[in-house]
Amino acid sequence: MPPMAADPLKFRDPARARALSSALEAVTRQMGREVSVMHVCGSHEQAIARFGLRAVFPRGLNVIMGPGCPVCITDVPEVDEAIALARQGVHIATYGDMLRVPGSSRSLADAQAEGGHIHVVYSIRQALDLARSIPDENVVFFATGFETTAVTTAAVVLGEVPKNFSILSAHKYIPPVMEIVAEMPDTRVEGFLAAGHAAAITGWGIFEDFVAHHDTPVVVAGFEPLDILAGLLRLVELVRDREHTVINMFPRCVTREGNARAQEQLWRVFRPIGGRWRGIAHVPNGNLRLRDEWAHVDARHRFTIDLTSLWDQAPPARAQECICGDIMAGISSPDNCPLFGTACVPDAPVGACMVSGEGTCRIWHQYGGARPDLSGSIGAVCGVLR
Amino acid sequence: MRTALADERILMKHGAGGRAMRRLIEDVMMAGLGDGLKPGDIGLRAMDDGAAIRVGDKWLVMTTDSHVVHPIFFPGGDIGRLAVSGTVNDLSMMGATEVLGLTCAVVLEEGFSRDNLIRVQMSMRDTALEAGAPIVTGDTKVMGRGELDGIILNTTGVAITDHIVTDAGLQPGDMLIVTGTIGDHGFAVMTARHNLALEGHLVSDVAPLNGMVRSVLMVAGRDVVAMKDPTRGGVSSAVHEMAAKARVTIVLDEPSIPVSDEARAASELLGIDPLNVANEGKAVIGVRPWAAKAVLAALHAHPLGQRAAIVGQCVDGGASVVLDTGVGRRLLVEPEGEPLPRIC
Repeated sequence: MPPMAADPLKFRDPARARALSSALEAVTRQMGREVSVMHVCGSHEQAIARFGLRAVFPRGLNVIMGPGCPVCITDVPEVDEAIALARQGVHIATYGDMLRVPGSSRSLADAQAEGGHIHVVYSIRQALDLARSIPDENVVFFATGFETTAVTTAAVVLGEVPKNFSILSAHKYIPPVMEIVAEMPDTRVEGFLAAGHAAAITGWGIFEDFVAHHDTPVVVAGFEPLDILAGLLRLVELVRDREHTVINMFPRCVTREGNARAQEQLWRVFRPIGGRWRGIAHVPNGNLRLRDEWAHVDARHRFTIDLTSLWDQAPPARAQECICGDIMAGISSPDNCPLFGTACVPDAPVGACMVSGEGTCRIWHQYGGARPDLSGSIGAVCGVLR
Repeated sequence: MRTALADERILMKHGAGGRAMRRLIEDVMMAGLGDGLKPGDIGLRAMDDGAAIRVGDKWLVMTTDSHVVHPIFFPGGDIGRLAVSGTVNDLSMMGATEVLGLTCAVVLEEGFSRDNLIRVQMSMRDTALEAGAPIVTGDTKVMGRGELDGIILNTTGVAITDHIVTDAGLQPGDMLIVTGTIGDHGFAVMTARHNLALEGHLVSDVAPLNGMVRSVLMVAGRDVVAMKDPTRGGVSSAVHEMAAKARVTIVLDEPSIPVSDEARAASELLGIDPLNVANEGKAVIGVRPWAAKAVLAALHAHPLGQRAAIVGQCVDGGASVVLDTGVGRRLLVEPEGEPLPRIC
């Protein structure tokens, strides 16, 4: 038996899940009012949708997906930079999700259709291999993703890099955006479920200042259904008890200190600067840019990137109606969007949230929408076969 | 602009067994066809596994299938076994388990190895023998190098039966059974094609199912109300079609659905749901609730049905599929198509 097959199933155990759901229901009912909490990770939303957890969340509990999709919050000018480079004849290597993310008037897929050299890679290592295979061409890795992905970019920068290879960093750093969301005037968020894999690198200690400043509890949780249910239960209990603290509910992977070596590499290569996140806001320290000593692998230093050539076309009219920004800020959900599932589908996405496998709209579309009524005769037969 | 272009060209998804393929068949392939049958006969419009034409007091069942799998030899089978099994299974899913004859048409690429052709032919012969389905006529063509990829095999099958089982007969209360672990064929081809080094041994389930279906029909007869072989698009596509045609809601119980450890490992690693992955030796069988136990027992007694399980139930509420994940529940969305091209 493959070793990985059996173990994770423990974290999908139906009996334990039922017990946790009942406890969550009881705590929420006890509070006698609506409670809203936010997670900031596409993988959490994937798991919630994949396992149909919204159907068992108590009615009074809103679990909002915040700005947790790195593809979605990559801003228009960053996409434009990659497109402009492609138009200058540079080979662009990037993750598949980035191809159809709209820039100001076009996407990398459009640039590809116009003859640009765009390569889909699964990791930065593949981009390096590409650069080595075409030594006479310039290869730029369009680097997107949160700190979890940025550490892999950092590791490559610290290694041996071919002369024709450089990096266009659109990496983002999650902790600062939690501050922004917590401070939004119309925010309803009373607690955060933090992403276990990111905390494995940063350590859960990174949230200690945050809870102190914002009087908001944080629970670090993993990605199996029981991880999420247990994490939410703990979080709602903390909200109920007004206990503003950090709790690590993913101790099998996360420590207080995190991965010191990865952090050291991350901050040796990157520095945090302020910048816009698409649809959200200007986020102080939310963008990761290469430090000056790495200018030789920084595409922004190696090339003059001319964005003006992209301003000759108006953005598609539909894009004006897209509410991705509100969805990522947790103010709206996909079923509030008139385009969702009709004018905006994975085959022909209008907004970035429908492009990426980590986007809220794409996930909801893949797993059958918001919160369909699955009680009644359906509820009656659920579980009876077991 | 891009949308218009996409509409004018056939894409891989149009052959992938999901929604895109069904739309292409309805919009283009069936245009102006589908008439000329007697009332009650089952033709193109039914979009079933095959056609059924009334002849006297019996039904003549016909089906045809082309095979383009890559690689042509994969763990657990090859294109020859697939070509015979695919057609025998389409007939079986309509209740026609006694195959009168099969045709075999082969199109070869110039340069194809004679030894490989012999291997494929022997595999067809063995599988036909196993199914009791004689190959009775054929056709052989060769095309130039690069004009096709190696080999295309087409088989057509004819059978006669007293009673037809469609894929549209479900009613609220009916139970759904799958006859064994799901996704084995698709994951086996996937790992063979991409040389994925997964632990364990993923083997295709490709097999002719007429013997197993015969034993089911013997114990349950007309209490077997719907059958479908979940090939491209997997169990998900199959149950969506069954739900849509019968206008019932199917509730699938995910923890009850058998998945081999190897396929589950591949599924977790690749992020591909086994429900969407092709099978070539499995059936989804809808039965009246009182017959479910007997059918399950008959399946367990058959070598190909040992891991059969009751996996779902039909309820009122319009055509849809709900997945009870054991820890929650959600709508199951019909896949746009098989995640991997050239699976069969």
